[in-house]
Amino acid sequence: MKETQNSIGAYLKAHWKTVLFLVVLLIGIGLADNFVDSYLRRLLNLCAIYVIVSLSMNLVNGFTGQFSLGQAGFMAIGAYTVAVFTVPIESRAAIFYLEPMAPFLANIQLPFIVALILGGLAAVVVAFFIGSPCLRLRGDYLAIATLGFSEIIRIVFTNTQSITNGALGIKSIPTISSLWWTYGTALLIIIATVLLINSTYGRAFKAIREDEIAAEAMGVGLFKTKMTSFLIGAFFAGIGGGLFAALLGTVDPKQFYFTLTYNFLLIIVLGGMGSISGTVIASFVVTLGQEALRFLDEPMAFGLDLPIFRPGLRMVVFSFLLMVIVLFYRKGLMGTNELTWDFIAQKYHAIKQKLSRKKASTEGGGQQ
Amino acid sequence: MVVGMTMETFLQQLINGLSVGSLYALIAIGYTMVYGILRLINFAHGDIFMMAAYFTYFGIAVFFMPWYVTFIITIGLTMLLGITIERVAYRPLRDAPKTSLLISAIGVSFLLENVATYLFSGKPQAFPEFPLMTTPFFIGGLSFQPVSIVIPIVAFILMSALLFIINKTKIGMAMRAVAVDYDTAKLMGIKINGVISSTFAIGSALAAVGAILWCMKYPSVLPLMGVVPGLKCFIAAVIGGIGNVKGAVLGGLILGFSEVLMVAFFPALTGYRDAIAFVILIIILLFLPNGLLGKKQVEKV
Repeated sequence: MKETQNSIGAYLKAHWKTVLFLVVLLIGIGLADNFVDSYLRRLLNLCAIYVIVSLSMNLVNGFTGQFSLGQAGFMAIGAYTVAVFTVPIESRAAIFYLEPMAPFLANIQLPFIVALILGGLAAVVVAFFIGSPCLRLRGDYLAIATLGFSEIIRIVFTNTQSITNGALGIKSIPTISSLWWTYGTALLIIIATVLLINSTYGRAFKAIREDEIAAEAMGVGLFKTKMTSFLIGAFFAGIGGGLFAALLGTVDPKQFYFTLTYNFLLIIVLGGMGSISGTVIASFVVTLGQEALRFLDEPMAFGLDLPIFRPGLRMVVFSFLLMVIVLFYRKGLMGTNELTWDFIAQKYHAIKQKLSRKKASTEGGGQQ
Repeated sequence: MVVGMTMETFLQQLINGLSVGSLYALIAIGYTMVYGILRLINFAHGDIFMMAAYFTYFGIAVFFMPWYVTFIITIGLTMLLGITIERVAYRPLRDAPKTSLLISAIGVSFLLENVATYLFSGKPQAFPEFPLMTTPFFIGGLSFQPVSIVIPIVAFILMSALLFIINKTKIGMAMRAVAVDYDTAKLMGIKINGVISSTFAIGSALAAVGAILWCMKYPSVLPLMGVVPGLKCFIAAVIGGIGNVKGAVLGGLILGFSEVLMVAFFPALTGYRDAIAFVILIIILLFLPNGLLGKKQVEKV
């Protein structure tokens, strides 16, 4: 008993800054949960969901070096699972008015958390079928197969009228508005990812990213390891999709157009492929940025008759940003670094040194 | 299902499959050539195809140019677009990790789609009609659109010309050399940049012709029109064996025939038409990962 107390004490002593940060963060979320208005609440929830999905993408693309573009599809699976299983039974007849819900589903209603996990697992099953042929091969087949899958899953959901209500989508899904659901899940997934990356598996992921042949020669099972990363990524993305459905309260196939995946791609490239903290920061930057730049889409004429601001400009800006980062700042914000206390201290000292050197040189210049 | 189909409709579907397949083949060649040389999925290829459709639309419907002038300008502009994309987005990353190159390709694709949405609006535009091409004619109870016959003929002529260029000319030899071994080709004095630019030019020109013919058959132009054909044509290139031009043609035709015939035989599956390509992709990757005509690739250290 005493020993465990000691080890907890030692842990607190070694990581007091992190623990303090977490406590402040939790208090912050608690305060925000009570005081922000519904618009900001929705936006903050969206940020957390983007953190979850971007992290799932970074795990596969950034840490394991496999190019997957299926995030929108996995989200769609998670979202539809939550939608189908949590919509109140009494309102189902009104939603499925074109064709009644399939009898084997019509009377099943699950608690949100169960449906959420089920959605993640459904994404894993689908990911297994895509991964089995693609991850065995070297090359870029995964990219095209996952991108194709995101298109297909939309086609499937549009055509399975009696399960997904087709193009009409499913409305009146019980919504979550508390920040705890999204931020709690995001925190759990961040912690899980950190633990995973620092485990044997994580080291195998990175070995594959750096050099597949060398990794194989060192005894890393390529297929199994890639598959592990891909399946975990799909699970997280499915969870993210489930939360997304519960946040919006409605799902339809158009929400999960494959261009949604490009948002997450922008996030992981901006944050740094292979940086967890970079992904978290970039998720907030991009999500809030997309909201802040909404004015670009609003019609506004410049000078005579030149409507520069009109629908579509915002996405042009974002895709241009993606190109600029890839071409000129390939490492993104964080590269493969993490925002640890050591990293901050290092940066702080570097800046301080730079400033004092500048000061010294200007003073020296003044004396002469 | 099958019972209702007469010999006539079956023949009609075959012609239809041939023309759809030829269109896929024209676009697939661009993918396979770029992949053969740079080992890059040029995600922007489908959007180059889309831009070509808009160039033609603007030439004829907005600037009222004669169709033959428009076609020449479209092909020229599309080649220029392809070369520029390679120059700006791919060349600076030639020594970068492959992931960066792939992201750059997706970035270009996304940028072109968004720029097209911004400039031309997301609404579909009606492609100018070519009555000569679309007025059906009849041969013994069969009705054909002339365009369905013209597409395979044009495609056949262009592919023969391409095979001639690749096999008999100096630039074609250089292309094959770069595809076999990039570094050795460079050491042998081949101007890599010129070869890559001409690869992009040829691929884009074929995509431009493909776009013009496509729009004669399906007369509607919109910013995301290149996405699904782009994905399918890459799959066609994989079916035939990526990097192999004849394979791309074969893959395109197989894909075209299977789509048209599946919808003809099983009308209930019409909604899933776009999904067939991916089912075929998964099957090919499982059983014939090098494609029908591809050689086995060995990764060297």
